[in-house]
Amino acid sequence: MDLVESPHDEHWPKLLKAETRALSFSYGSRLALKNLSVPIAEYQITALIGPSGCGKSTFLRCFNRMHDLYDGNRYEGEILLYPDKRNILANDVDPIEVRMRIAMVFQKPNPFPKSIYENVAYGLRVRGTTERQVLDEKVEQALRSAALWEEVKDRMLAHATSLSGGQQQRLCIARALATDPELLLLDEPTSALDPIATANIEELLLDLKSRVTILTVTHNMQQAARVSDWTAFMYLGELVEFGLTKQLFTTPSKKQTEDYITGRFG
Amino acid sequence: MSAQSSPHPHASIARRKIAEALFKVLGLCSLAIGVGTLVLLFGALVFEGITRIDWQFLMSFPSRHAAQAGILAAWVGSTLIMLVTAVVGIPLGVAAAIYLEEYARRTWMTELIEVTVTNLAGVPSIIYGLLALGLFVYILGLGESILVAGLTLALLTLPVVIVTTREAIRAIPVEIREAAYALGATKWQTLTHHVLPYSVAGILTGIILALSRAIGETAPLVTIGALTFIAFLPPAPLTTQPPYLSFDWLLSPFTVMPIQMFGWVSRPGEDFVGNAAAAGVLLVGMTLTMNGVAIYLRYRMRKQVSW
Amino acid sequence: MAGQEAIRIKKPDARVEAASRRRARQRRERAIEGGLFFAALISVAATVTIIGVLLSESVGFFRAVPLTDFFTDTLWTPLFADPHYGILPLLAGTLVTSGVGLLVAIPLGTVAAIYLSEFSSSRLREVMKPALELLGAVPTVVYGYFALVVVTPSLQLLWPDLPGFNMLGPGIVIGIMIMPFVISLSEDAMRAVPMVLREGSYAMGATRLQTAWRVVVPAATSGIVAAYVLGISRAVGETMVVAIAAGQNPNLTWNPLEPAATITAYIVQVALGDLPHGSIGYQSIFAAGLVLAVMTFAFNILGHIMRKRFREVY
Repeated sequence: MDLVESPHDEHWPKLLKAETRALSFSYGSRLALKNLSVPIAEYQITALIGPSGCGKSTFLRCFNRMHDLYDGNRYEGEILLYPDKRNILANDVDPIEVRMRIAMVFQKPNPFPKSIYENVAYGLRVRGTTERQVLDEKVEQALRSAALWEEVKDRMLAHATSLSGGQQQRLCIARALATDPELLLLDEPTSALDPIATANIEELLLDLKSRVTILTVTHNMQQAARVSDWTAFMYLGELVEFGLTKQLFTTPSKKQTEDYITGRFG
Repeated sequence: MSAQSSPHPHASIARRKIAEALFKVLGLCSLAIGVGTLVLLFGALVFEGITRIDWQFLMSFPSRHAAQAGILAAWVGSTLIMLVTAVVGIPLGVAAAIYLEEYARRTWMTELIEVTVTNLAGVPSIIYGLLALGLFVYILGLGESILVAGLTLALLTLPVVIVTTREAIRAIPVEIREAAYALGATKWQTLTHHVLPYSVAGILTGIILALSRAIGETAPLVTIGALTFIAFLPPAPLTTQPPYLSFDWLLSPFTVMPIQMFGWVSRPGEDFVGNAAAAGVLLVGMTLTMNGVAIYLRYRMRKQVSW
Repeated sequence: MAGQEAIRIKKPDARVEAASRRRARQRRERAIEGGLFFAALISVAATVTIIGVLLSESVGFFRAVPLTDFFTDTLWTPLFADPHYGILPLLAGTLVTSGVGLLVAIPLGTVAAIYLSEFSSSRLREVMKPALELLGAVPTVVYGYFALVVVTPSLQLLWPDLPGFNMLGPGIVIGIMIMPFVISLSEDAMRAVPMVLREGSYAMGATRLQTAWRVVVPAATSGIVAAYVLGISRAVGETMVVAIAAGQNPNLTWNPLEPAATITAYIVQVALGDLPHGSIGYQSIFAAGLVLAVMTFAFNILGHIMRKRFREVY
């Protein structure tokens, strides 16, 4: 099923940060993603929704070539990154370069067993930045962007695991932001958190989108409705519908979408 | 690819990739040093000693003349001692493992036993020798004999047997046990009819590893008084008169292959190096074969889908 | 009527019989459990006996030799006409040979473990693990031969003044001997680090080496250090390699190019001779053994605690 809408429709974003074209993906012999063409709007939040096993996380992990870490995976199609329109799935593109432009936050907070400071500084150090002043500045900036600065500014050397779950996830977001990524990928970022922490992060995302494009997978439809500008609904590895969140949730054009949203299956 | 954040992504990545390639070379070198040593070791032994190995060598006693010295007393001693070690160590080790795995409850006594098993595994072998010297040789008065050697090595390899047997038993899924209990079998019946038969391969692996270790042990046996120069064999276990079985050999002095090799290598001068190397070839050949069998058994077990 | 009475009489007998069978079965089971329990107690008995034998024989020794002499005298010559009983030379020999061994085993072993855990293909790992196991299974007397006949002469090509007995050759061989052990434990520790942490690092654009070095190794530190500590324990307890290749003359020196005797080599040397039971020479090996036992015991406990703590985290 591909997108019927033309690029000039109001159901297609005007400014793109990225775009997938006929993206397919297989784990060994199993075809997990089929022919997906999805636009990612710049400086907006795009949500991926769908029942368990529909391939949303698999799709997300194509963007930063996480699948390259494991054997037996194959990509087909293209993912174009704007403004240079380079296909990041091409064989001559180094996954490390891709990961230096696109950052990811995982489902369960995974801070490194280091201090809070060192967690945020990690991406910068890995790129070769060593001057203390530059690191200090960027770390503070990232922590402020992640709405964590006030809570940790007096204990930057404390171990990251001394933070609560919600704080750890915000730390992971800060870590991802410290390197000024062009695209931020979030894989069910709040599914392991309590409602208050979830609300904090949703508020944070709304604040962040003016500075970085966001693509988030969520199992929680209400979250998608609250937070995102555009939504893609996936089922069994295929794109069923894509459009403005407001429209998709109120007047979906496909019956399957309507069934999922109203809870008739999922 | 352009990016607004990093100033020189290409250079940074290229630098890091070179570092990574260098590390991979280092890693392979380290592994090569390890494996290469094994090859070099065996090669050196074979080079010096393979020509010495002939029927005469295998069937003669040690002698002051290198060309006439042989390894007979040593391999007979090793064999008899392995027999004692196996007879004493295997039942004890397997029994202890069964108790710990199937019967023991979480009490301080069980904790204590498990701690001591782990601890014993880390005790240097020469201390087992001291234990045997003080206890078996003198307090129990068993003398510097094959029996004491066998007991010492049985104790030394006990942790190996216990740990591998426990792992083998633990691998049996609980569903099989529950099925047996549900049919009214007692604990012991479940064990002997259902659990142990399936763990045989694992237990066998442990036994082979234990014996392979025991056959190469030198320090504890030297401590309890093994001799490096023996010109006679222990009395035979089978006799021509009733009751046709003799246990005198248990109390006989002895030597074993690693000690014979030690004796030859310690002699000044070049004459005995060949003999030592020949003994080494036999010893390493035996150890590698036994370990190889154990590794192969483990590999086969992992590939098996039994239940 | 008669038939019913017969039946009524049978039933109580059957119940009694079943009960006595059950009691017999329970008694048998309990007896078996008891037997197995005593087998398990052997390890406790062995530990207690080791401590007991070492202490009781050493008591006699320390009645004749004051503790201060034992720990401060710089000569160890219990069998000479003018006997000295300072443990320092033996301790130095043990520490130097183990030190050389660790200088070899720790860098090589750690690099190899990182490579196996983070870089190598699973096929290579399947081949290397048994190969390393075989390396560790070779009898130590053969390693002693190797040190004396191959390693020392090779070293003498570099340093012609190197004596035939020295601590460098056996030290290097000890290092290679304990390498498989260090690799195996370190690699286990590293593989226990969850994949999710690695993914977090890769997602930041780190290379495999950066991830291994900056995330995996720090996360696995206590497990890796436990491997080192247990490796020290093995090196210290090593006997045959040093007995064959380091010489058997106690020599208080920190220079690995000289010959020396370790605690373990001394025990072997005495045991090869003929010492009357109860003489101070005889007791001296137990005193030396006691020092060795305390050292390895301390290292083993330390290593064990570190491994437990590591396992609790992951």
